[in-house]
Amino acid sequence: MNRFALPLGIFALLAVVLAIGIKHSPDKGTIASPLIGKPAPQFSLPSLTDANRIVKSGDLRGRWYIFNVWGTWCGGCRMEHNVLLEMRNAAVVPIIGLDWRDNDAEALSLLSQLGNPYEVVAVDHDGREAIDWGVYGAPETFLVNDRGIVVYKYIGPLTQQAWEREFLPRLPAKQAAKS
Amino acid sequence: MMRRSFLALLAALALCATTAYAVDPTQMPTPALQGRYLALTHELRCMQCQNEAIADSPVDLAADLRREVHDMLLAGKTDDDVRNFMVARYGEFILFRPRMSTRNLWLWLTPGVLIGVGAIVAVRIIQQRSRLVPQDNAPVEEDIRS
Repeated sequence: MNRFALPLGIFALLAVVLAIGIKHSPDKGTIASPLIGKPAPQFSLPSLTDANRIVKSGDLRGRWYIFNVWGTWCGGCRMEHNVLLEMRNAAVVPIIGLDWRDNDAEALSLLSQLGNPYEVVAVDHDGREAIDWGVYGAPETFLVNDRGIVVYKYIGPLTQQAWEREFLPRLPAKQAAKS
Repeated sequence: MMRRSFLALLAALALCATTAYAVDPTQMPTPALQGRYLALTHELRCMQCQNEAIADSPVDLAADLRREVHDMLLAGKTDDDVRNFMVARYGEFILFRPRMSTRNLWLWLTPGVLIGVGAIVAVRIIQQRSRLVPQDNAPVEEDIRS
């Protein structure tokens, strides 16, 4: 038998293993969320815009929604703001904001200057809610279905392309057709 | 001159040491809790910086996660409760030392398998060579250096 057969075979096997690894490796720096396919965290948080209102996860049941984690200190959130505004105008799915570790007054002034894409903004001063969602850097955007299950998570500033390629196809056909 | 620069270096190093220590001044009420707190904060990854433990990282998220560990330990939770809490939210990646599971079992077993294969190959080569010895009647070659 050819003395090169075994080393070549091992090399080919190794190449296949590494190729699978490269193909399946997530984009650099993004980590798959263990929340996908699981119920979204329950929360009950003050509203940014209305001091008397409490934003409750229970109230969102029965509707698809987008959960967008942001803060005025976050540059990437500024970058995606216009995309969020366009999504709001398309009125396909409501956007719920989570203002993470932020100053209320600054957040309100940013929304009044740039426009408010959110149906409602929950306030997370101490960062506990963000931990429940496994957030490790803003902006992060989740898609939650009408049964309260997390369907998808997008990490980094949203783009029109991401909206069309990742979010719209996951929405129920009837809803997506509205865009 | 040498001595002075050495002292300056020492002073600089001392400064580094104090800033590194200041990242987490948390004190737990008992030494046992303090030990568990330190162990846990050193085995959890700061997801923002990724190569630092939450014990050593100055970012806000690491401070939030340390507070979570602190509160859970004070509430009487076990170390595994804390690990499970973190893994449920951030995934296995938050543990610097991944746990064994059916998904990564092959990763744990591969080294053993490779050592086994290596041992079989080595034994076979040694057996082949030892079989050669009795037939080797040729005179030992002169050492060409002499």
